Amino acid sequence: MRVALFVPCYIDQFYPQVAVASLELLEKLGCEVVVPTDQTCCGQPMANSGFASSTVGCDANFTHNFEGFDYIVGPSGSCVLHLKEHHPSEKIRNSVYEICEFLTDVLRITTLSAKFPHRVGLHQSCHGQRGLHLSSMSERNEKPFSKLQDLLSLVNGVEVVMPAREDECCGFGGTFCVTEEAVSVKMGQDRIKEHDANDVEYITGADTSCLMHMEGILRRQGSKVQVKHIVEILNHA
Amino acid sequence: MLSHSEASENFIADAERTDWHDETLWFVRAKRDKASKVLPEWEAMREHASQIKDHTLANLGEYLQAFESKAIANGIHVHWAADAAEHNAIVHGIIAAQGSKTIVKSKSMLTEECHLNDYLASKGIEVVDTDLGERIVQFRNEAPSHIVLPAIHLKKEDVGETFHQHLGTPKGNKDPQFLTEAARQHLRGHFLASEVAITGVNFAVAETGEFVVCTNEGNADMGAHLAKVHIACTGIEKIIPKRADLAVFLRLLARSATGQLITTYSSHFHKPREGQEMHIVLLDNGRTRQLADPKYKNSLKCIRCAACFNTCPVYRRSGGHSYHQPVAGPIGSILAPNIDKKANADLPFASTLCGSCSNVCPVKINIHEQLWFWRQDLMEAGLAPAGKTIGMKLMAFTLANPVIYRVGGSLLRRFSHLLNTRLNPWYKQREMPVAPKESFQEWYKKR
Repeated sequence: MRVALFVPCYIDQFYPQVAVASLELLEKLGCEVVVPTDQTCCGQPMANSGFASSTVGCDANFTHNFEGFDYIVGPSGSCVLHLKEHHPSEKIRNSVYEICEFLTDVLRITTLSAKFPHRVGLHQSCHGQRGLHLSSMSERNEKPFSKLQDLLSLVNGVEVVMPAREDECCGFGGTFCVTEEAVSVKMGQDRIKEHDANDVEYITGADTSCLMHMEGILRRQGSKVQVKHIVEILNHA
Repeated sequence: MLSHSEASENFIADAERTDWHDETLWFVRAKRDKASKVLPEWEAMREHASQIKDHTLANLGEYLQAFESKAIANGIHVHWAADAAEHNAIVHGIIAAQGSKTIVKSKSMLTEECHLNDYLASKGIEVVDTDLGERIVQFRNEAPSHIVLPAIHLKKEDVGETFHQHLGTPKGNKDPQFLTEAARQHLRGHFLASEVAITGVNFAVAETGEFVVCTNEGNADMGAHLAKVHIACTGIEKIIPKRADLAVFLRLLARSATGQLITTYSSHFHKPREGQEMHIVLLDNGRTRQLADPKYKNSLKCIRCAACFNTCPVYRRSGGHSYHQPVAGPIGSILAPNIDKKANADLPFASTLCGSCSNVCPVKINIHEQLWFWRQDLMEAGLAPAGKTIGMKLMAFTLANPVIYRVGGSLLRRFSHLLNTRLNPWYKQREMPVAPKESFQEWYKKR
């Protein structure tokens, strides 16, 4: 299967290991992975800040890089949701997948040769969860499920623990993290407190932006807890 | 006036109180979850309510006229107000005709929206709020911080001190039962003396011309049943077609608002009792403008349960007053810009767009999507804070050009340590990400 890897801008620049793990994992699972080299950003930072009208150039660049592919896969629920909801090209909107969604619904994987013998707290990122429906939502009266937990259950040795409030937002929120700095940080600290109470070694999730925010707080606190994107765990030998 | 982010920073400065506020409201959210999950038909009921409201809004004019003619036939005086000023003048006119100087009022966010108390005070008329929470904030000269739990920002110690000052309860007494009894005795006098009672309206039934007022304290009934004149104030969006629709809405309202199975008092006011005068004031105040905009129209479905407040991780940590509007929280943030874009341009940004609000909404308002739409409209109206427009355009330009993006990214990584300064809001309480030597694309090229 031919897949285009969409690497969100901040992952490209600050978390290349997440993109490397995505690439390796997809290849391991038999995909032919193409990385369009002129890709930049999905346009979400502008759009969520009220400047959707300024994303024309960004959208055109994305289309130019990705329109030839039937499967566009990215390791970020938030960026993927933005593309699905707001990208002007219908082809792009219908072809883009968050990587866990792709592994579960398209590749339908049932085994993995991954090992990660650690106690891991799972953060449900809102856009992946509520936007892409990667898992059931605590607000709704619906049958519980979690694509992320299903995938993690294929990894040897990993012990997944949920925070007390299973799906509360971490407070990143794009430019919210700086324009509403006080609330943003408080939300992040509160999430971390619940993971700390579970004595986890790692916090994982399907959105690097949430993890980046919590990592910033963890490091400021001098915490030993580390963050890892879920693909890094799924790809861990 | 402080912006939402400034006011939030002040609120959060008291971390202990913030945690208490967050946990108290989370408790209400958890009760709501429990009450909604025991009903297998919950999600279907939300959909049903949403469709009833959609249908009503699509035929609002007809239903309003039907309500008016039924209400008049029932002996209720019906008044129409285009805006807050008209609303207040109508209410004052009715009170003045009675020559009353003291009025009791049960909870009505609509009268908060119109600043009715201040208006009547300027005419020498004292309004006594009879909802316990509202009376507490009224004593303190504060606005309600929550539409269902108006004094939720206060602890029992605060209430004890307030009652000590205003009702003469012993200093230091913070016993909830004792303080409630003191309020009860205090309010009883006002109920007995008052000739005019004002209430809000939860639902106005087009089919019958009746209106329904829901309270847990029975204070609307105490006021309306004792006073010679009952004035009910409502927004035009509170119409529902049939009495049978209440079977859907009353169940959704109580469970969504507080996790109760049913509100303690759901009182139907159908016609004035003998010798009583009953008025209803129907207010537009921007609602028809909202109705005309397909993006925001369905915000008028709101039944004011405040479930979106209780679930909102931002509201729980910033307090209702940080929204500087009578209706705070996520729903307030999509209603307020319709009234005044400039004054409320910060509110649609007081959200992470996590979407929890839309999920709890009993009438399925797409709150988080409307927050997003308001962001676009407000920026297009030129209401961006200083520097934001230029910053955004520069970012858009960079991200639209792969070559500039690559150069910019590499410079950002090389000099990211320069961002470790107090001037960078990220760095205030968080470390910056450690910049890798190579971007993914640089690594990939060498692979």
